[in-house]
Amino acid sequence: MGLENKIFESLPDVLTVKLDAVVNWARKSSLWPATFGLACCAIEMMNTVSARNDLSRFGAETFRASPRQADVMIVSGRVSRKMAPVLRRIYDQMPEPKWVISMGACATSGGVFDNYAIVQGVDKVVPVDIYVPGCPPRPEMLVHAITMLQDKIMKESVKDRTDTIEAESRGSIVPGTLPVTEGTALEAETEVEVAQKNISRPYTIPSRHERRRSF
Amino acid sequence: MTEKLHEFVETLKSANPEWVGDVKDALGEVTVTVPREHIFAACEFLRDSLGFDMLADLCGGDRGPEEDPRFEVNYHLFSTTHHRRLRLKVLLSEDDPKVESVTPLWKTADWHERETYDLVGVVFENHPDLRRILLPSDFDGHALRKDYPLRGYEPYSMN
Repeated sequence: MGLENKIFESLPDVLTVKLDAVVNWARKSSLWPATFGLACCAIEMMNTVSARNDLSRFGAETFRASPRQADVMIVSGRVSRKMAPVLRRIYDQMPEPKWVISMGACATSGGVFDNYAIVQGVDKVVPVDIYVPGCPPRPEMLVHAITMLQDKIMKESVKDRTDTIEAESRGSIVPGTLPVTEGTALEAETEVEVAQKNISRPYTIPSRHERRRSF
Repeated sequence: MTEKLHEFVETLKSANPEWVGDVKDALGEVTVTVPREHIFAACEFLRDSLGFDMLADLCGGDRGPEEDPRFEVNYHLFSTTHHRRLRLKVLLSEDDPKVESVTPLWKTADWHERETYDLVGVVFENHPDLRRILLPSDFDGHALRKDYPLRGYEPYSMN
């Protein structure tokens, strides 16, 4: 009785579907992970894309060396405090839509490395979509995580993904890992205030592309 | 096995007796404790006159806060002509952990001394660029000191 019936009468070859479903289907069927191996979990990640556990069966085998061409970041391994700003910068360089898989105990919680050098969970630096337990997780678990992420993507809406400063990035700054800002505590400002001030992300150097945009 | 090395030490001592403090011979290795104000001159003599042309390693150590002198800096010298190794040791007190840099003698000492400064907190005077090399630049404290807490100080500590 709706529009689709009218279209079906006049154009019988046309199939109507929700826009979200089409876009999400396209997104989930071609996930391009960024190459970001940090420790021994990376060996399992490499194994996941190689012949035995062929990740291309699920459309996510195209690992990209450039974050600008990737939309999934698989944080595989322990993130040191010195690496955390680098990781955040790579995350910021990835275009929307983007997702993060925290692979292994170290990336998820610091693992056995409960010390001054290791970030106790990468979710303090970037928002994480899927956590994979294990030390290291088997390739099957990473494949499972990818398929879980695909299910998650199918539940998203196109409206969820906007190419603005992420709200969650405000609260996820690791103390002490950042280049020194003006000395004012970022936590004191709400994300709205930060957005109003239109300042760029203080802990990354804006890329040429971002500078040109100069929002 | 270490006779040749003891010859070198004797030559060093005859050049300036003040350079050589305690001499230890253990496990086929000879360790010479050098007073810290003489370390540069002793290294220069060993390099130029005795053929110890390579600084294989330079590392710091913390003996613990209860010890005095608390810190030590070890210089592992290697002679490519004699094929011998010699270790120099400088002991430093906690109040004044400073020693002359040997970067003018061996370029490789640059990063080694930066690492020692970074992790143990020994200050190398006349170093061209003494800043942290391994830890983040805004790190508080020196991580390999015995009294450094495992989880670090705030704001590094997440707990």
